Amino acid sequence: MQLFRAFLLRLATTAVTLIGVAVIVFVVIRVVPGNPIAMMLPPGATEADIARLTAQYGLDKSIPAQFLIWCQGVVQGDFGTSITSNQPVLRLVLGRLPATLELSIMALVIAVVIGGAIALTGTRNRGTKVEAALDVGNGMALSVPDFLWGLVLILIFGVLWPVFHISGRVTPSLELPFTTDFYLFESVLRLRFDLWADIVSHMFMPALALAIPLAAIIGQLLKQSLKETMHLDYVTLARTKGYGENHVITREALPNAILPTLTLVGVQFTFLIGGTVIIERLFSYEGLGNMAIDAVINRDLPLIQGIVILFAAIFTAVNLIVDLSYALLNPRLRHGQ
Amino acid sequence: MSFLKITGLSARLKGTAFPILRDVSLEVAAGEVHGLVGESGAGKSMIGKAVLGILPASVEITRGAIELDGMDLLSLPPAERRRRIGATAALIPQDPLTALNPSRRIGPQVTDRLVDILGWPRARAETRARELLAEVHIPDPERVMRSYPHELSGGMRQRILIASAFAAEPKLIVADEPTTALDVTVQKQILKLIAEMQARHGTALLFVTHDLGVVSKVCQSLSVLYGGKVMEATTVRDFFRQPAHGYSRALLAATPKYTDPAASLTPVPDAVIAAVQAEIAAHDRSLRHG
Repeated sequence: MQLFRAFLLRLATTAVTLIGVAVIVFVVIRVVPGNPIAMMLPPGATEADIARLTAQYGLDKSIPAQFLIWCQGVVQGDFGTSITSNQPVLRLVLGRLPATLELSIMALVIAVVIGGAIALTGTRNRGTKVEAALDVGNGMALSVPDFLWGLVLILIFGVLWPVFHISGRVTPSLELPFTTDFYLFESVLRLRFDLWADIVSHMFMPALALAIPLAAIIGQLLKQSLKETMHLDYVTLARTKGYGENHVITREALPNAILPTLTLVGVQFTFLIGGTVIIERLFSYEGLGNMAIDAVINRDLPLIQGIVILFAAIFTAVNLIVDLSYALLNPRLRHGQ
Repeated sequence: MSFLKITGLSARLKGTAFPILRDVSLEVAAGEVHGLVGESGAGKSMIGKAVLGILPASVEITRGAIELDGMDLLSLPPAERRRRIGATAALIPQDPLTALNPSRRIGPQVTDRLVDILGWPRARAETRARELLAEVHIPDPERVMRSYPHELSGGMRQRILIASAFAAEPKLIVADEPTTALDVTVQKQILKLIAEMQARHGTALLFVTHDLGVVSKVCQSLSVLYGGKVMEATTVRDFFRQPAHGYSRALLAATPKYTDPAASLTPVPDAVIAAVQAEIAAHDRSLRHG
């Protein structure tokens, strides 16, 4: 009951957040220099042409009036029409969303696996050279941003040892039988492992580039948290029962050490999704981020708006999921205490 | 025939010459309750930890032997030692609020040793846990086994930890100041419970405490420690009648007397401490030269 009320409250604050984001984006992209109409017209267009197009896109009205019109549309599920491609924004954005979601989740999985392995290995070998080496590696991974890792990976796996595809989401010549845009997911469902391998081989480098800094953060924080937990009385008690190091780390310490890491992973995951914008560009990966850059370059106002709102919605959803899983993993919260 | 035999055990802070235990020898017979008393830092807890193989990573044993039920513990390979200790000894920890894993239910925390280390079938281990929880006077064991630690009081949790310590019918239990963290009213009950369980199961008990009143109630013999060295090892009866060592006498005199509050809180005199430290220094020299 308490949890349910907290959930409703969260939904309400989420709505307010999204409206706030909408207002800010709406105003900012109209105030900054750069006119979408000017970019659409061929050289030598007359004043009358400009006025006609401006009116057609409703850009001749005041900003509050434009916002109200936009809001009326949104309530009916209409996010406007893209200026560059003349297609509904909602359809464009939802068409790209699966690609970015798959990339982000793949990156998150890689980060959790690598970060978890770093933390467990470091805890198992605490105080030794192994731990020191892991700390040095962590520091390097953290101090280099994801797009530079992208370049490093391209150099290694694209040039020196070309085993992965360096651009795109899937080899263009392939025949795709998919009905949704979740290529990776659907290829597994359809048992088309040939396509799956091709998609993974395209995704691997961008996902890894996004994952490396996050893996380092997870590794560092989880290791710290594990090491603190290893000194607690219940861990010592488990040792007297006859349990060895591995068991004590994974079964006694880990479930408790995970909690503080989880909150941070949630926050960092939203940064990771933000990072897809540059990484997708770097690897010509056809996702939302790549589309966002094109939209900004072309001053495609309705499309920018749609993408930003969608990103904001994803961020708040991730935070909500983190809070819920925190409550789920922590028995003290689950019982409303 | 002593069940636990420690001979000449010395330990120091790793990488330094700082001694934690100095040439400690003691014996505990099967079913005997032996008290380890001393002030903070005297090394009494360290002896219990050494026996259970849970010394902090910063402490290393430099010499001596620990014999538990005829096994020379320190000569066994680590994994084997851990398993043997888990099967023959147990710990009643000091602070019940931190000694139970907050994210695991009580039931598995009582049965895990039986199932994982001793290889009992789960159903049998659970029946055993229910019996034990009833034995330590826990109402509705079934419900408690499904609970998480935070749902139970400190006294309840200490009862659970006691039940858990007796679960595998160990031959030796180390009780590390098991009542220090509890309310005074609960302390008495828990002490009574430990004595009751010990008598019923015939378990040898190594009772670490700084409270001589507790020693007089539950122990048959005791070792008095100072600076990691055994000052005096004797029976409880002799200790309270005619303490042999000067430090023991001073310690007894320093124990608050409820019958005479005005005379209470006499600290151990500086002269006695000086004498004890001189004795330890002489002992250290003889070890180095011998």
